Amino acid sequence: MFPNLKNPVFTDVDDLNEMARQIRRDIINMLLISKSGHSGGPLGLADIFAALYFNKLNLLPEDPYNQERDYVFLSIGHVAPVWYATLSRRGFFPIDELKTLRKVNGRLQGHPAPLKTHGVPGVEIASGALGQGLSIAVGAALGLKLSGKPNHVYCICGDGELGEGQIWEAAMTADHHKTDNLTVIVDRNHCQIDNRTENVLKLEPLADKWKAFGFEVFEIDGHNMKEVLDTIDAVKKVKGKPSCIIAYTKMGRGVSFMEDNYKWHGVPPNDEQGKIALGELPSTKFGDFVDYYNGK
Amino acid sequence: MNYINKFENYLIEDLDLNNPELKETRRGFGDALVDLGKSNPDVVVLGGDVSGSVRTDMFRDAYPDRFFSVGIAEQDMMGTAAGLALVGKIPFASTYGEFATGRPFDQIRQSIAYSEMNVKICASHCGFTVGPDGATHQSLEDVGIMRILPHMTVVTPVDYNQTYRAIIECTKSEHPFYIRFYRDNSPNYTNPHAPFKFGKADTLFEGSDCTIIASGLMVWESMMALEALAGEKISCRLINMHTIKPIDREAIVKAAKDTGCIVTCEDHQKIGGLGGAVAEVLAQEYPAPVEFIGASDTFGESGKAAELYEKYGIASRFIVEAVKRAIKRKK
Repeated sequence: MFPNLKNPVFTDVDDLNEMARQIRRDIINMLLISKSGHSGGPLGLADIFAALYFNKLNLLPEDPYNQERDYVFLSIGHVAPVWYATLSRRGFFPIDELKTLRKVNGRLQGHPAPLKTHGVPGVEIASGALGQGLSIAVGAALGLKLSGKPNHVYCICGDGELGEGQIWEAAMTADHHKTDNLTVIVDRNHCQIDNRTENVLKLEPLADKWKAFGFEVFEIDGHNMKEVLDTIDAVKKVKGKPSCIIAYTKMGRGVSFMEDNYKWHGVPPNDEQGKIALGELPSTKFGDFVDYYNGK
Repeated sequence: MNYINKFENYLIEDLDLNNPELKETRRGFGDALVDLGKSNPDVVVLGGDVSGSVRTDMFRDAYPDRFFSVGIAEQDMMGTAAGLALVGKIPFASTYGEFATGRPFDQIRQSIAYSEMNVKICASHCGFTVGPDGATHQSLEDVGIMRILPHMTVVTPVDYNQTYRAIIECTKSEHPFYIRFYRDNSPNYTNPHAPFKFGKADTLFEGSDCTIIASGLMVWESMMALEALAGEKISCRLINMHTIKPIDREAIVKAAKDTGCIVTCEDHQKIGGLGGAVAEVLAQEYPAPVEFIGASDTFGESGKAAELYEKYGIASRFIVEAVKRAIKRKK
């Protein structure tokens, strides 16, 4: 049997929800320190990242590139803060390093940098220019299948990102080669930098599009931990075709004034806003990596 | 050509300059892939619907499970190749030069060059020699586009034999490569047993008045020019700069010191390609007069390759004139 490498850390949904909340607090703290970066998308994805990294993925933090790992590709590189917070919480690198987001000589680049350049443990390849992740995920899935390996490949895409034509090229390739070891997770928050997605470029009927491209489609509430966990189990049972999870989320989830507001796509909170945000996200048993307002 | 001191080992022994063997460089690519497929199970090939044209069909037929068709989708092809490299495969992504570099530049930049993925981008149908197809298909910018990318090695073999060797050799490196070749038959004249090292230029002929630094098919054009120049008692060194990046700085500086002037020749824009690369080295290390042979900031048009070489000023007689101009500019 394929070993489940060091997961699950938490099986209880309450623990996973609490970790997701801590990741949200980490994101706010990171952005307060860096004074630069994206708030909305990272906050919206915290539940999915907690589910993947603290329950579902085969991974080994002390050996991040273990041959048996599941692969995660973050096609939307701008949501890096949620990935960095999750990876450090999971033990891939020291949590204190979250203070270095977007700082010169640091590893935590504004958009994820490749392993060979900056070497953030857990990051596989650069992302930032949108639309590229799915092709890479398909390539990895094809290579793993060719080698007869059981690793699963996840690619996290944004909804606005689906305007990039390369995504649909990659979807055709995934379908053509029946990459059933591949799952696309679409962060369907209906927001992108300029406006709501349907005002910028109509995406609906989105589920029908993925179905038409040959994917088994699952539509879920991306903030319902149990639903997220069950769906990740379900996609692994899909045979003969790739799968797509359309996760309906809220940009800025957990912070009232950011929630579902596209204007929070690409900006960090100021000190005043950060205080309110942290107040709305009760502290957790895991503890913060910084006490920003007391300079610690 | 007995009046020229020839380094025999770079050229095949019984080379008949007036009647050379003709062979496709793209066929050298295809043959090398089949041989690599035999010896290395990690070698995989991506097809962008032009596998017959770029000669990857032989690999496809020999190793169908290691050939991945992605259709007419060059951006996806580059990304898929990066993903295959990431899980330990050695992917060859191949199409025509224009579509291998222009269309998927952003994908090559982020997912291959910046990410240092072991992807071999192999571009056929480069330069003016796709003639009748016209300007849309004449890749005259590809070397410049690839040369500005950090981590990218850029190679332009001169004939079938050297293309074959470059393809075999590039798998010994885990870095991204861009290898440029051509559609048509062309003279096959390099010695398959001669030394070959990326980044180390081949000096084919020795001379004292000027050095011609050429790439790809223009090395043969330059050999034709050498003969005419010798008739006028002008002695030229000829360098085959098969690797444009990293470029052989030492060979360039030595040529400037020894012969005092340089002519660069390429089937490509003068801007950004071999000529630019040579000029960058000389400007920094040993300023000397340089004349450029190549496309003069212009697109091509339909016509036979020879007609275009004539119209766009890159045929051998233009090289002769450029050498004379360069010599006149020497102090």
